[in-house]
Amino acid sequence: MFPATYEYLRAGSIDEAVAALAEDPDETRILAGGQSLIPMMKLRFAYPERLVDINGLHELAYVRRENGHVAVGALARHADIVASDDVTGAVASAAPWVADPLVRNRGTLVGSVAHCDPEGDWNSVLLATGATVVAQGPNGRREIDITDFIVGLFENSLDEGEMVVEVRIPVPSGPSGGVYNKLERKIGDYATVGVATHLELADDGTIAAAGIGLTSVVPYATKVTEAEEMLVGQMPTEELFADAASATAAASNPHTDVRGTEKWKRNIVDVYTRRGLASALDQAHASEPTTGSTA
Amino acid sequence: MTDLTTSTAVTVTMTVNGVEHSSELDPRTLLVDHIRTGLGLTGTHIGCDTTSCGVCTVLLDGKPIKACTMFAVMADGAEIMTVEGLKQNGELHPVQAAFKEKHGLQCGYCTPAMMLVGAALLEENDDPGDDEVRWAISGNLCRCTGYMNIVESIQEAGAQMRAGSNGVEADDMELQDEQTDADRPKEATMQEVAE
Ligand SMILES: Cc1cc2nc3c(=O)[nH]c(=O)nc-3n(C[C@H](O)[C@H](O)[C@H](O)COP(=O)(O)OP(=O)(O)OC[C@H]3O[C@@H](n4cnc5c(N)ncnc54)[C@H](O)[C@@H]3O)c2cc1C
Ligand code: FES
Ligand code: FES
Repeated sequence: MFPATYEYLRAGSIDEAVAALAEDPDETRILAGGQSLIPMMKLRFAYPERLVDINGLHELAYVRRENGHVAVGALARHADIVASDDVTGAVASAAPWVADPLVRNRGTLVGSVAHCDPEGDWNSVLLATGATVVAQGPNGRREIDITDFIVGLFENSLDEGEMVVEVRIPVPSGPSGGVYNKLERKIGDYATVGVATHLELADDGTIAAAGIGLTSVVPYATKVTEAEEMLVGQMPTEELFADAASATAAASNPHTDVRGTEKWKRNIVDVYTRRGLASALDQAHASEPTTGSTA
Repeated sequence: MTDLTTSTAVTVTMTVNGVEHSSELDPRTLLVDHIRTGLGLTGTHIGCDTTSCGVCTVLLDGKPIKACTMFAVMADGAEIMTVEGLKQNGELHPVQAAFKEKHGLQCGYCTPAMMLVGAALLEENDDPGDDEVRWAISGNLCRCTGYMNIVESIQEAGAQMRAGSNGVEADDMELQDEQTDADRPKEATMQEVAE
């Protein structure tokens, strides 16, 4: 299989990539790891007239901590995130679940986020952790909250001529934890069910912030605000987690298909949310300073 | 904008198994096709052609990737290793010797990729446990042997490397720079005869 013809441009700088995008935004696409775009082009689901290859922009190949967040550059591969000591919680837990080791050596988190595949793992994790997306276009840089960035099935809110240069994942100052639970049939498979959970604790042991994001069991990656609101301000208990898990399962919208029935998938959402919150809490307790009081 | 039937050829230079190649390529040429058809290195296979099976694996700057899901133009300036590059100076790479020894293959279709993934893993960790090997090969499918013997083969190669026998030395790699496509098979044969 080979794709339709296209014009190939190798970007020498971010400015060059943005200028090339702005020239003909409808027909131009960024080529990052190519792990979603190339298969789509081979199957002729996509036939952009021009690709701007950003693989030469090594200055974007970073995963690093700065000013209270972890910054993931547009050229950081999934494998770089697996290997990074700077990521924790749900992000660290999700990285080894994305595709297989060979795809992880090429594919990027930023490419996955921009792609907005409803079965992609990263967007629900970023919704749970409250990430922001940094876009650069002809009018400079702007930060977009992840909830505003994901607008639909394979649809993001980038303006014409904009590319994503970085994703920022906040690092909580207090005790926190998070996990990504994914059900897949085999390694390299997209999620049958994916649930990202994230918790931050206040000094008195109550829940200061909570994040829950869903993969595959919703039309596109979705933040479960109802369940998050039930958790915030409360003392964490098994009962509270069970209630939040029921609310999450109710908010999900899975379909019966070859991977399982709607009812069964909804039940997995419930189980994974409960388990996810419990292990996020364990991590939060473990991350507390040893001199501090434990709840 | 772009003509609908032709793409402008792009000059691509890559080092494959130590030999530098410059080619004028249609940008839509996939790396696997360039390696097989353009360079004649048919040890890199095509199976699913949809990024699932991993038989098209090559090492790109030392890391295994699926060559059916990369355009050849993206490999400009890169170092590629294919299965043909494992054998050095007529001597099997430990991973090749171990696949033979431990019966790591039946039809052999998945084998070049399995060996490359194994070699890349052993480069980082020459004493991997079962789970580590299984994890490393999890993007590669074998339809014949089951994975037991493949795992054992890679571990056996690690044991050989730790023992320092049959290893590939860095200077052996440098010798490759002198080779051309045409004389490589001959050179290997002559060395085998000399042994
Ligand atoms: C066999 C297989 C299994 C997979 N399994 C999983 C899985 O389990 N979970 C999962 O989440 N994903 C999975 N994927 C998808 C994979 O993770 C991709 O790597 C990822 O979705 C896209 O990243 P990329 O860098 O390869 O982007 P590309 O394929 O290069 O690009 C994807 C899209 O995003 C756009 N884009 C890329 N970078 C930017 C940017 N900086 N700014 C603006 N737009 C940009 C492109 O123009 C394109 O439209 C799998 C893929 C394969 C082939
Ligand atoms: S042929 Fe490339 S992964 Fe199957
Ligand atoms: S030996 Fe036949 S596919 Fe693996």
